[in-house]
Amino acid sequence: MNRLDSTFQRLKAEDRKGLIAFLMAGDPDLGASEDHFRTVVENGADVLELGIPFSDPTADGPTIQAAGKRALDAGMTIEKGLELVRRLRRDIETPIVLFGYSNPYFAYGYDNFCKHAVEAGADGVLVVDIPAEEADEFTPSCHAHGLHFVPLIAPTTPPDRAARILGHSNGFVYYIMVTGVTGARARVSHNVREHVDRLRECTPLPIGVGFGVSSGEQAREVAEGADAVVVGSALVEAATQGTLAELTRELRAGLDAGRSVGGG
Amino acid sequence: MSAEINIPYEPDENGHFGQFGGRYVAETLMPILIEVARSYEEMHGDDAFQQEFRRLLEVYVGRPSPLYLAERFSAAHGGGRIYFKREDLNHTGAHKINNTIGQALLARRMGKQRLMAETGAGQHGVATATAAALFGMECDVYMGTEDMRRQAPNVQRMEMLGARLVPVNSGTCTLKDAMSEALRAWVSTCVDTFYVIGSVAGPHPYPVMVRDFQRVIGDETREQILASEGRLPDQIIACVGGGSNAAGIFAAFLEDSVALIGVEAAGHGIASGEHAASIGAGRVGILHGTKSYVLQDDQGQILNAHSVSAGLDYPGVGPQHALWAERGRAEYCGITDEEAVAAFHEVTLLEGIIPALESAHAVAEAGKRGEQLGPEGLIVVNMSGRGDKDLDNVRDYEAGRDKGHA
Repeated sequence: MNRLDSTFQRLKAEDRKGLIAFLMAGDPDLGASEDHFRTVVENGADVLELGIPFSDPTADGPTIQAAGKRALDAGMTIEKGLELVRRLRRDIETPIVLFGYSNPYFAYGYDNFCKHAVEAGADGVLVVDIPAEEADEFTPSCHAHGLHFVPLIAPTTPPDRAARILGHSNGFVYYIMVTGVTGARARVSHNVREHVDRLRECTPLPIGVGFGVSSGEQAREVAEGADAVVVGSALVEAATQGTLAELTRELRAGLDAGRSVGGG
Repeated sequence: MSAEINIPYEPDENGHFGQFGGRYVAETLMPILIEVARSYEEMHGDDAFQQEFRRLLEVYVGRPSPLYLAERFSAAHGGGRIYFKREDLNHTGAHKINNTIGQALLARRMGKQRLMAETGAGQHGVATATAAALFGMECDVYMGTEDMRRQAPNVQRMEMLGARLVPVNSGTCTLKDAMSEALRAWVSTCVDTFYVIGSVAGPHPYPVMVRDFQRVIGDETREQILASEGRLPDQIIACVGGGSNAAGIFAAFLEDSVALIGVEAAGHGIASGEHAASIGAGRVGILHGTKSYVLQDDQGQILNAHSVSAGLDYPGVGPQHALWAERGRAEYCGITDEEAVAAFHEVTLLEGIIPALESAHAVAEAGKRGEQLGPEGLIVVNMSGRGDKDLDNVRDYEAGRDKGHA
């Protein structure tokens, strides 16, 4: 079974909310990046999103843009990203989703990429700029090699469109809870619960919500109704400040506190 | 002449021109793009809109623009007949206004009160700011800081027109970076803001829509050349960055036996690696929402383009041009910075017309082609913009400073 499926099943059985942690692969270099991924796993991350840097990340805010630039400047490539997955897989069973933009995968070759990603130990891929209308060029390779193609749903996505997208998806749903780019925000959106409830009617897939979460309190708040919370920019920032373990523990504690208050 | 007749050059419903085009954007933008496409299609078939658009092009932009026989330039290059399609005489000084008027009408129809745009040379920014002023809308223009330096007169014009300039300080601080930043901003503001893309690049429906708004250039040229020469030209030559002025003039001649020649910026020469020749030296890839020829490294990371001309300094090209290149319907070649600057001076002195550096690339190619065709040759060059904005730029280039990516 794909590690994403087994992990979300386990979380559900344990009545826990998942923590999906995004970090940029190769930021600031391959070795330090491996340490950062290990740190978030040791401190409570349930799923890893491993960012593959792209020169023109049109959906990312300043924090992740800067992380991608550091990684590229340090010579990050898809091959090195897969090497990082292999290193983590030596002793870590946490599911890994590769997160990036289409052109590096296109240049690598979609089929080769999916094959090599699964061989390295990745479980899913999330391509920011391949919406449902363009997915036919990519998903057959994902299915052939057993890599989950994680769909994105935005606040602007109408319900009928969401239902259509989710009809062909697997892994989990990434619900982008703000109409905007990635990045920590002082306040998170208020009607997340409403959107997530509506998504539930379209899909049996687990729902992860993200974009803007930076504290344990926010994580607790937005996790209500969802199955997991994605945290990216705040962790990337924490890694540069040396506070990655603390923030991960805080997020974990926030999610675990919500469980007893909010219920399942 | 190897022109293939009746090839379907129109895209499918998702904007794919063969393997090119499409909508490679974040899901957040997809519903907005679908809405823009639907509204555009509806508006396109609406006689009232077409009438209003034509009326504004006539009384506000000053169309039709003249088709001018450049006799002294022709005499100096083969002795045939080389015409300039004078888009430089449009209000705001370039072809860009044709498109911004069209898109502003669409924005108004969709009930959007704010426009936003990216700009390289500043011509599209000025044209968008102008349309915003005309329709009483707000306007944000994203521009790389290097281009703000290179095109200072246009920065002042945009500010005077009431636009808010957003300086972009990433990458090489040029058009590519301005467009990336504009797309990011649009992800946040797409609900109430209309993004006026200035080229036939970007996600569907922009390549189709911008071409349609610019097609007036080709339609007029056809009528004018038939009236003055009684036949279609042998060649039509236009510069290509993203490719909107070229797409607009080519669109009216796709099914004719007319050679269509797109001129990319060869910068310091293709061999130097410092150029903007996406078709000439790029590979198929995905940039700014569309699949086309892209300057990229072997890892699929986008490379920085270089051109003395800010409007051509872009590492991608519109997907229709990619299709026309692949099918052999249009031919694409390169003109270096040096050749373009030489043509800039030549046409200024011979014809009393100061061309934009972008257009000077097309003029330089026309000189070469005129010499090949000889006295019987009949060529139309799209003089896409005027060069007042480039005076400092040319002086700097000649002082040996070039632009040098900071």
